[in-house]
Amino acid sequence: MHNPAAVRRVGRTARRRWLRAGLTLLALMPFAARAQKPATESIETHIGLIYRPQPAPSSYDAEAAPEDEGLAGAKMGIADNNTTGRFTKQTYVLDDVALTDDKPDPIAAARDLVGKGIRYLVLALPADAVLAVSDAVKDTGAVVLNAGAADDRLRGADCRANVFHILPSRAMLTDALAQYLTAMRWRKIFLIVGPTDADKAYADAVRNSARKFALKITAEKPWTFGPLAKARGDTPTRAEAMVFTRGLDYDMAIVADEEGDWGDYVPYRTVDPRPVGGTQALTPTTWSPVLETWGAAQAQNRFRRLAGRLMRPLDYQVWAAVRTVGEAVTARKTNDPAVIAPYLAEPAFTLPAYKGVPLSFRPWDHQLRQAIIVVQPKALVSVAPEQGFLHQRTPLDTLGVDLPETTCKFK
Amino acid sequence: MSRRIEAGLSVVALGTWFALCGPAAAFTAYVTNEKGNSVSVIDANTMAVTATWKVGRRPRGVTVSKDGKELFVCASDDDRIDVLDTSTGKVVRSLRSGPDPEQFILDASGNPLYVANEDDSQVTIIDIEKNKVLAEVPVGVEPEGMGLSPDGKILVNTSETTNMAHFIDTKTFQVIDNVLVDARPRFAEFTADGKFLWVSAEVGGTVSVIDVAQRRVIKKITFKIPSVNDEAIQPVGIRITKDGTKAFVALGPANRVAVIDAKTYTVEKYLPVGQRVWQLAFTPDQKQLFTTNGTSNDVSVIDVASEKVIKSIPVGLLPWGVAISPN
Repeated sequence: MHNPAAVRRVGRTARRRWLRAGLTLLALMPFAARAQKPATESIETHIGLIYRPQPAPSSYDAEAAPEDEGLAGAKMGIADNNTTGRFTKQTYVLDDVALTDDKPDPIAAARDLVGKGIRYLVLALPADAVLAVSDAVKDTGAVVLNAGAADDRLRGADCRANVFHILPSRAMLTDALAQYLTAMRWRKIFLIVGPTDADKAYADAVRNSARKFALKITAEKPWTFGPLAKARGDTPTRAEAMVFTRGLDYDMAIVADEEGDWGDYVPYRTVDPRPVGGTQALTPTTWSPVLETWGAAQAQNRFRRLAGRLMRPLDYQVWAAVRTVGEAVTARKTNDPAVIAPYLAEPAFTLPAYKGVPLSFRPWDHQLRQAIIVVQPKALVSVAPEQGFLHQRTPLDTLGVDLPETTCKFK
Repeated sequence: MSRRIEAGLSVVALGTWFALCGPAAAFTAYVTNEKGNSVSVIDANTMAVTATWKVGRRPRGVTVSKDGKELFVCASDDDRIDVLDTSTGKVVRSLRSGPDPEQFILDASGNPLYVANEDDSQVTIIDIEKNKVLAEVPVGVEPEGMGLSPDGKILVNTSETTNMAHFIDTKTFQVIDNVLVDARPRFAEFTADGKFLWVSAEVGGTVSVIDVAQRRVIKKITFKIPSVNDEAIQPVGIRITKDGTKAFVALGPANRVAVIDAKTYTVEKYLPVGQRVWQLAFTPDQKQLFTTNGTSNDVSVIDVASEKVIKSIPVGLLPWGVAISPN
């Protein structure tokens, strides 16, 4: 099914790993043959990744996004799949495509991959690109794994049957934060909203979560002071900007700043001493270097050895997407997407992904159910679902859009 | 008043119980404290901590030499195994374990030691007398559980991310077969007759019973506890009595140990222990079972015959493993 001539773009370490895996496979063969079991056919599965490398910052940035953000997670997922594959006669190959200014079109990239016979596409791209790609490959049977777009509309009105969402929706993230506020009895929210569409979508999610968990937004203001978090020390600071927090009644300020332009400017500068959360400070997220429970320490170490840096949320999400394919192919002993896609939506499919509980897809919108960590930059603060939030199916379904509320109709 | 009488009676009962047991052999329990970088030493008779020994960083797997004179502790973050003299509590030497040793099992003859290297997808086999690596066997991602057949011929390793039990021939050091189990297998335990292998799956929430001759899962044991979320039921440590009648399974954040009829595979009861219970160990006479409770930083002691929790003993930070010596 797959074109063997497909370009394989892997780094040197990955190649060495491959060689090692190959040698081990050879070494294992006589024993495999001796085992009295029906011989299983070997399966090679190609997984495509389309991503857009973040341009380097114009000057020093303490936490610049690395160029291989996401890609490094895919490499670890492929390596993990292949370690298991040694014992199941399965091999996995990554075909990654970086979108550049010369080749910016995700649809062309997806068509190219599908043309090579690749039927699993992991996307680390914005919502519009996810939608365009999933529609473009609709008739090929290809499975799209969304690892980068948190937009709720992809799980709602714009949902697609061939897309599975690995990362949580914004609704799930803000529900996680709202559950934490509820557990702390911090009921009054001051919502600060940035200028972008993504910021507005995050703010919408915060409003919905507040309604859902009976929290109150007692004040709301737009952020109009520019990217102050990125201002240099030698530019005049605008502490007076924070005068706009004066005279408000709230327990916690929630910032909606998906670009990271100003959210980090808010903590410690509010007139009243109040905690800050949302897209910065106390954040609900999928991954953080401070996560070490549930075996996460092993994943952190493995990643650091492979990539030479700390694992970021996008790396984790792409890793989980690649592992989703590996888990399903291992369980069903085939890489036929006509078998794998429906299997993913079944309760039988579960993904262990360092969250202490098995993760599975919601059949109504193909969203991966997951525990969400609530972290500050140096420590894990809490994990949602919080204690006491119950649900007839699983407590994980207290996060995000539940079956009765979904607006997703698969076509 | 009546309560005091009751208490008095139970003291008498306890006294009689001790008298019946006689001055039991002086068993010693050793508990590794993953975040305390120490080993708590417990006198199994008095059920009190008698010493706390410093070891390497992130101690997890622990086992005792046959004669009880040496204690082996995986110092995971120091990529070595510390060997302690149990009479002094001092580290006398360190073994070259390969990176990130987590669990291990000692051959019945007292040598070699089979080590799971969690970060490196391999099992390392060490001659502990010569401190020499005999073999490195590639296995699945995040190897953890280690079980040895009673005849010592088959070593089983479970890999947490690959979700398999790997059967390794201890003569040739080759993987001879692999059995898929549920998500995140943490522990492997053979029955005393060597016919069955029990493997726990922490995220899958099950225990698979594998027919060793056929290398096939013949039974999956599931758990259901009223008022506990299914997600909180995370089986880890398993111990089966030598007579093959009873099995105990630690259920992690469900804060319970399941008691299972090992013949019919029926779960008979759930014993409440400390929080996040992971590893288990019998006293050599199998009268008591010790559990490590990572979140409540204590050890629970279960009386095997009456299936009751009789004591909880505070230890160090994040107790992980437990081993009990005959002296």
